[in-house]
Amino acid sequence: MPAELEPGGHESPEDAASPAHALELLCHLGPAAHGSTACVAWEPAGDGKRVISLADNHILLWDLQESSSQAVLASSASLEGKGQLKFTTGRWSPHHNCTQVATANDTAVRGWDTRTMSQIYCIESAHGQLVRDLDFNPNKQYYLASCGDDCRVKFWDTRNVTEPVKTLEEHSHWVWGVRYNHSHDQLVLTGSSDSRVILSNMVSISSEPFGHLVDDDDLSEQEERSQEPPQDSVIATYEEHEDSVYAVDWSSADPWLFASLSYDGRLVINRVPRALKYHILL
Amino acid sequence: MAAAAAGRGPGCGPGDSPEGPEAEAPERRRKAHGMLKLYYGLSEVEAAGRPAGPDPLDPTDLNGAHFDPEVYLDKLRRECPLAQLMDSETDMVRQIRALDSDMQTLVYENYNKFISATDTIRKMKNDFRKMEDEMDRLATNMAVITDFSARISATLQDRHERITKLAGVHALLRKLQFLFELPSRLTKCVELGAYGQAVRYQGRARAVLQQYQHLPSFRAIQDDCQVITARLAQQLRQRFREGGSGAPEQAECVELLLALGEPAEELCEEFLAHGRARLEEELRSLEAELGPSPPAPDVLEFTDRGGSGFVGGLCQVAAAYQELFAAQGPAGAEKLAAFARELGSRYFALVERRLAQEQGGSDNSLLVRALDRFHRRLRAPGALLAAAGLAEAATEIVERVARERLGQHLQGLQSAFLGCLTDVRQALAAPRVAGKEGPGLAELLANVASSTLGHIKASLASVHLFTAKEVSFSNKPYFRGEFCSQGVRESLIVGFIRSMCQTAQNFCESPGEKGGATPPALLLLLSRLCLDYETATISYILTLTDEQFLVQDQSPVTPVSTLCAEARETARRLLTHYVKLQGLVISQMLRKSVETRDWLGTLEPRNVRAVMKRVVEDTTAIDVQVGLLYEEGVRKAQSSDSSKRTFSVYSSSRQQGRYAPSYTPSAPMDTNLLSNIQKLFSERIDVFSPVEFNKVSVLTGIIKISLKTLLECVRLRTFGRFGLQQVQVDCHFLQLYLWRFVADEELVHLLLDEVVASAALRCPDPVPMEPSVVEVICERG
Repeated sequence: MPAELEPGGHESPEDAASPAHALELLCHLGPAAHGSTACVAWEPAGDGKRVISLADNHILLWDLQESSSQAVLASSASLEGKGQLKFTTGRWSPHHNCTQVATANDTAVRGWDTRTMSQIYCIESAHGQLVRDLDFNPNKQYYLASCGDDCRVKFWDTRNVTEPVKTLEEHSHWVWGVRYNHSHDQLVLTGSSDSRVILSNMVSISSEPFGHLVDDDDLSEQEERSQEPPQDSVIATYEEHEDSVYAVDWSSADPWLFASLSYDGRLVINRVPRALKYHILL
Repeated sequence: MAAAAAGRGPGCGPGDSPEGPEAEAPERRRKAHGMLKLYYGLSEVEAAGRPAGPDPLDPTDLNGAHFDPEVYLDKLRRECPLAQLMDSETDMVRQIRALDSDMQTLVYENYNKFISATDTIRKMKNDFRKMEDEMDRLATNMAVITDFSARISATLQDRHERITKLAGVHALLRKLQFLFELPSRLTKCVELGAYGQAVRYQGRARAVLQQYQHLPSFRAIQDDCQVITARLAQQLRQRFREGGSGAPEQAECVELLLALGEPAEELCEEFLAHGRARLEEELRSLEAELGPSPPAPDVLEFTDRGGSGFVGGLCQVAAAYQELFAAQGPAGAEKLAAFARELGSRYFALVERRLAQEQGGSDNSLLVRALDRFHRRLRAPGALLAAAGLAEAATEIVERVARERLGQHLQGLQSAFLGCLTDVRQALAAPRVAGKEGPGLAELLANVASSTLGHIKASLASVHLFTAKEVSFSNKPYFRGEFCSQGVRESLIVGFIRSMCQTAQNFCESPGEKGGATPPALLLLLSRLCLDYETATISYILTLTDEQFLVQDQSPVTPVSTLCAEARETARRLLTHYVKLQGLVISQMLRKSVETRDWLGTLEPRNVRAVMKRVVEDTTAIDVQVGLLYEEGVRKAQSSDSSKRTFSVYSSSRQQGRYAPSYTPSAPMDTNLLSNIQKLFSERIDVFSPVEFNKVSVLTGIIKISLKTLLECVRLRTFGRFGLQQVQVDCHFLQLYLWRFVADEELVHLLLDEVVASAALRCPDPVPMEPSVVEVICERG
C-alpha cells in the first residue's frame, strides 16, 4: 500500500473521492524497507501518536512527532520461523492502557506487548485456513474475535488460547471481516465472500448479559427474563450484496448503524432491528 | 299254578335245568313257596304282594287265583272261532290229563319222606331227654369247683402280696445297682470311647440322682457322675475342637454335648467357629489359586472347585446346624444367616476376582459354563438359607459379569472397527509404491463392511450363550428382559453403530483442520459405509438381533429409523468434509499459483500454466476415486456441443459486453451495471453447500470451492496486460476440461467469467487476447 495514503486511511474513503476536502500528506512512515505493508493501526486511545504497521514479517511501532509531521520508528520486532511468514492483519487492543496488539499470520493469531515488543500469546492454527480479520471486545478485556477462510468466526479468551470460547459457522465462504459493536458488544457483525452480512447476538459471552441492566422496580420482568437463559443467535442475515463483502463496520456515531462494502462497490448501510434495539435498551 | 308246575315236568329237579341253575333257582323257589302257600290257604294275601306276569285278578287266567270258569268259557265262546274252540278243548283235556298223572307221581314220591320225617322226630324226643339229665349233673359239679377255687385263693392271698413286694424290691435294687455302678461304667465307656453309650447312661440316671441328691450316698454317686460327665464333656469338646474329623462327626459331638446339657448358645457359637475355620481353609485354597501370578486353572475349574469345596461345606454346616440347633428359634437362624452371609460375601469376592481376571479372555462359552456352574451350585444353600440371600447375590454377580461382558464386546467391536480403519489407511498409503494398483476402494469398502458385520455377528453369537435354555440363570427376569433389550440391543448393537458413526464423525473434526491426518479416500469410504448402513445394514443387524434374542421387554428401544437418520447424517457430514478437504487441496494449489507469481511482469502467455493442468489432473483423479464408490448422479441437460457453445459465449459476447468497456475509462459504470444485470439472472452460488450422495454433486462441490478461491485470490492481485491474458488462457483451459464434471456447467462458466472479469478490473492495461489465439494455446497445451 502506498505510504502516502495511510494517514488518510482512518478517515472515510468517500471524503477522499469528493473534491470538497482534498487530502493533505502529513508524513511518511519511514523508509519502506520492510517489504509491503499489510496493515496500519492507530493506538485506539491516548493522544493518537502511536501507530503500528505490519510489513511482511515485521511489526513496527511508529511514534508520530508533534503535529504528526514526522514518524519515528520507536521499536520493532519480527516474526521468525520456517517458511516465509507474512502478517495479514493486526488489531490494537483498547484495554490495558493500549499496550497490546494482536496480529494474524496465516492460521495463527499472536499477541504482542508494545512496551517490550515481545510475543505474549500465540494461538497456533486459530483457524483451519488463513485468518482474515481480528477484533477486540471493546467492553470486555481479553476477549478477541477472529475470522478466516474456514468460514468460521471464533471468539477467544486470550488468557486461555487452547480452545475458542465460542465458534460460529454461519457463512458459506471466507469471512473477511468481524466487528464488535462499540457499545453493545453482544452485537457482532461479520461479512463474507458468500456476499452475506450476518449480525449475531452473542449474549452468552458479552459484557452485558440479558437482564443485567433491568431496573430494580422491574423485578417481575427481570424474573421473567432470567428464566430464559441467554441464547446466542443470528439476528439477521443481510443479502443485499451481489458479490463478496470485503468490509463491515459499525458507525462511530450511532451504535445501531452499520455499513458493509462489497466487491462491486456497493455500500449498504443497515440498522439493527428495532425490536432488538429496544430489547437491549430496556 | 299247578299247570305251570306241571309244565315243567316232574323230572325237573334242581340242578337238572339246562339253563343256568343260578338264574332259575329263585324263581323256582318262589314257585314252590307259592304252591305250599296255596296248599296251606295263605295264598289270598301273599299272592297279591307278589308280582305276576298276567294280572292275577284276571278271571280268564287259567292259572290265576280268581279264575272263573264261566267267564273264561264265555270269553272263549265269544272270541274264538269253532276250530280254535275245538283246539282249546283238546288242549284243555290234554292238560288235565297230564296234571292228574303229575299229582299221582307227587303223592308217591313224598310219601316215603313223610314217613322218615316222623321217625326222626320221635328219635330226637328221646335224645333230648337224656341230655337234660347230663346237664343237671354238670351244674352241680361246677358249683363244687367254684367253692374250691375260692378257698384256694383265700389261702394264697398273703403269699402273693409278699412276692409282689419282693419283685418291687428287686427292681429297685437293680436300679440302685445301676446307679452304684454308673461311675465305673461311665469311666469304662469314656475309656473305650463309647461316648454315645455314656451319654445315654448319664441321661437315664440324671433325673433320679437329681431327685435323691439329699441322700448322702446318692450325692456321692452324683458327684462322681458329675466328675466323670465333666471329663466326658471335656473329652468331647477336645475331640470337637481338634476338628480333624469331618463335619458329620463334629455334628455328632455337638449332639452328644447337647444331650449332656451343655449350653446350646455356646455350642452353637463354637460350632459355627469350627465351620468357619473349615470354610476359611477352603477360601484360602481358592485364594491361593487366584495367586498373584497364577498359572491359574481355567475359570470353569475354579468355580467347580469353589462349588464343591466351599459351597458344599457351607451346605453341610448349614444343614447340620439347622438340625442340631432347631430349638434355638429365630435367633439361631439369624446367627446362621449372618454366618453364611459373611462367608458367602468373601466367597463372592474371590469369585469376582477370578471372573475379573477372565474379563480379558475371549472364550465366552467357558465363562458361561463357569457362571452356570457357579449359579447352579449356589441354589442349594440358597434354598437352605433363604435369609442369607446367597442365590440373589449369585444372580447379581452373574448379571454384573454379563453386563461387563457386553461392555467388553462393545469395546471389542469398536477396536475391531478401528483396526479395520487402520488397515484401510495402510492399504491407502502403501500400494502406490508397489507398482500394482493394490486393492481398489470398492474392495476395501467391502472388506471393512464384511469384517465389521462378521465381528458383530460373532459378538451376538457369543453373547447369545448367556440366554441359552440349558443355562440355569437364563430364565431369570434380567436375562429374559433387560439383558436382551437394554443390554444386547441397545448398549451393544445400537451403541456400536452409534460409536461407529461417532468415530467416523471424529474424522470430520480433526483439530487444526489441515486435513493432513485423514486421507480423503478414507473419508469417502467411511461416508459410503455409513450410507450403506443406512440403506440396509442397520435394519438387517437389528432384525437379526431381535430374532435371536426375542426381545420381550417392554422398555423403549431405539427405532431403526433414528439410527438410520444418524448414519445418514454421518455419511453426509463425511462427504461434505471430503468435498471441503479436496476443495481445499486444489484451492491451495490455485492460491499459491496466484499469490507467488509476479503478474505485472509476466511475459506474453505461450502455454497454459502447469498448475491448471495439475488441477484438471487432480480433479480427474478425484472423479475416478469418487466414481468407485458413488453413482453418477444427475446433470442438467446439455447440448451435445456444449464446449463449443460455452466458448463462444465466453469469448465473444462477454468480450464486448463484459470487460471491453472497462478499458475505456469513460464508462466504468457499465461494467458494474452489466455484471450486476447478469448476476440478477444467475442464482447465488452457495460455495460450501451440503452435497448429495452422488459423484456429480461431490465434484461440483469441489470445483465450486476451487474456482471461488481462484476468484478471491485474483481479486487481491494486480495484473499486467500479459498477466490478464495468462488468466484468460488459464480460465479457458479450465473451462474446456471442468464442465464435464459438474451438474450445471453454467456454474463453471459463471465463476470463470467472474475470474477473468475480476482480473480485468485489477489490470491497469486490460487488453484481452484474441479468442482464437486463446483457443489455439489451450488446444496445444
